[in-house]
Amino acid sequence: MKKIIKYVIIDILRNKIMLAYTAFLLLISLSIFNLEDNSTKGLLSLLNIILIIVPLVSLLFSAIYVYNSSEFLELLVSQPLKRKTIWLSLFAGLATSMAFAFLIGTGIPILLYEATPTGFMMLGTGLLLSVIFVAIAMLAAVMARDKAKGIGVVILLWLYFAIIFDGLVLFILFQFADYPLEKMMVAITAFNPIDLSRILILLKMDVSALMGYTGAIFNNFFGTQLGLIISVTVLFTWIVIPAWLSLRKFKHKDL
Amino acid sequence: MIIASNVSKRFGKLTALDDVSVTCNRGECIALIGPNGCGKTTLIKSILGMVVSDSGFITFNGKNIKHNWQYRENIGYMPQIGRYPDNMTIGQVLDMMKDIRGKKHTVTDDELISRFGLSDILSKRMRTLSGGTRQKVSAALAFLFDPDVLILDEPTAGLDPVSSEILKEKITAEKNKGKLVLITSHILSELDDLVTQVIYMQEGKCCFHKSIAALRDDTGEQKLSKAIANVMLQK
Repeated sequence: MKKIIKYVIIDILRNKIMLAYTAFLLLISLSIFNLEDNSTKGLLSLLNIILIIVPLVSLLFSAIYVYNSSEFLELLVSQPLKRKTIWLSLFAGLATSMAFAFLIGTGIPILLYEATPTGFMMLGTGLLLSVIFVAIAMLAAVMARDKAKGIGVVILLWLYFAIIFDGLVLFILFQFADYPLEKMMVAITAFNPIDLSRILILLKMDVSALMGYTGAIFNNFFGTQLGLIISVTVLFTWIVIPAWLSLRKFKHKDL
Repeated sequence: MIIASNVSKRFGKLTALDDVSVTCNRGECIALIGPNGCGKTTLIKSILGMVVSDSGFITFNGKNIKHNWQYRENIGYMPQIGRYPDNMTIGQVLDMMKDIRGKKHTVTDDELISRFGLSDILSKRMRTLSGGTRQKVSAALAFLFDPDVLILDEPTAGLDPVSSEILKEKITAEKNKGKLVLITSHILSELDDLVTQVIYMQEGKCCFHKSIAALRDDTGEQKLSKAIANVMLQK
């Protein structure tokens, strides 16, 4: 298994898109921290960019990479290797590379300018988000045989997680404004890793006071040790379930 | 050595394999022949476990290949279109394969690598290679670990005449060592002096499996291409 991971990583690290992504993250992070005189404010601006870009790049890059390596997967499947080993190695290779790019691109500036608990929380959730969206992209890529369809699905998924989900939540909130929905909102955030990450970081920043009563409820839940453990568990579930589903599908796939 | 019993496979509405049963033994060189889309590649992929058949089973050396992966140690496979990670060099691809299968194979068969002149271009990246050169890499990989069974899907398509001859010589040499060789090809004239048996498939069914001598007797034609044309017309 280690051998295949090694070769996948060597292949990805040579990819220019990956280098460009790392450089782009580095550039954005450094410039934001240098533009803002208050580095906490810088972290807030960075948060919004990261929550949009990291999922998008993870999804698109992984999906395209899986489709482009279809013949390579065929070659590996014809070798004396378990399918499970092949698929998990591909996942591990992609996840490690995406996480590594994020660590270099955003991790270094954060450590330089804002090595606080909030900064580390952002680093952690960013790494988790990278891996989560690799897993989701691989699930989409193994489900859809057609490349155009698969990439289309991945873009729609990104739109859903990054934009549409928030719209839906707002819609529900307004429609049912007369009911006490605050506690339910906590549960609903579990269905979107991006939102969950955003809330985790925002609450670390102590700006939750600005979010009204819902913010207080959020703080009550996510601010506690237990809340934090549960949210991190939920984020890990977002990795395990798509990865497990895609593995199950890949085991019986005709190549 | 390889026995397929009543193997069927459907892709949606298309029946790619319809109740196919074939037996392949050591020392045979078998040509899989049939019109485009008759299920040759699907049969090969089923044997390799790349396609999971809907019904029926395939055994390799008496063991069912389902949920088994070790048996592929004994197979060298050359795909119809070999594509490799774009950013890897030829040398890295060869090393990777040695790495993956290396445990039992300390000695590798590098003959094709040197005869195809691949050893001089080991540092070239896979994406810069022409289709023919990729075929050479695929061929070299298939023979690299001295496997008992060779499965070659359109081996000479895209190769220049010189390389094609080298490959044919190599196939003959391996066949004479008592290995099982399975070849699909549309260039029947090439198969004439290579194969000992013919499996003819049509629309997912195995129409016949005969030795080449029997086929010549039945059709009264010496050349394989004419004999097959004869069979196709009779159908």
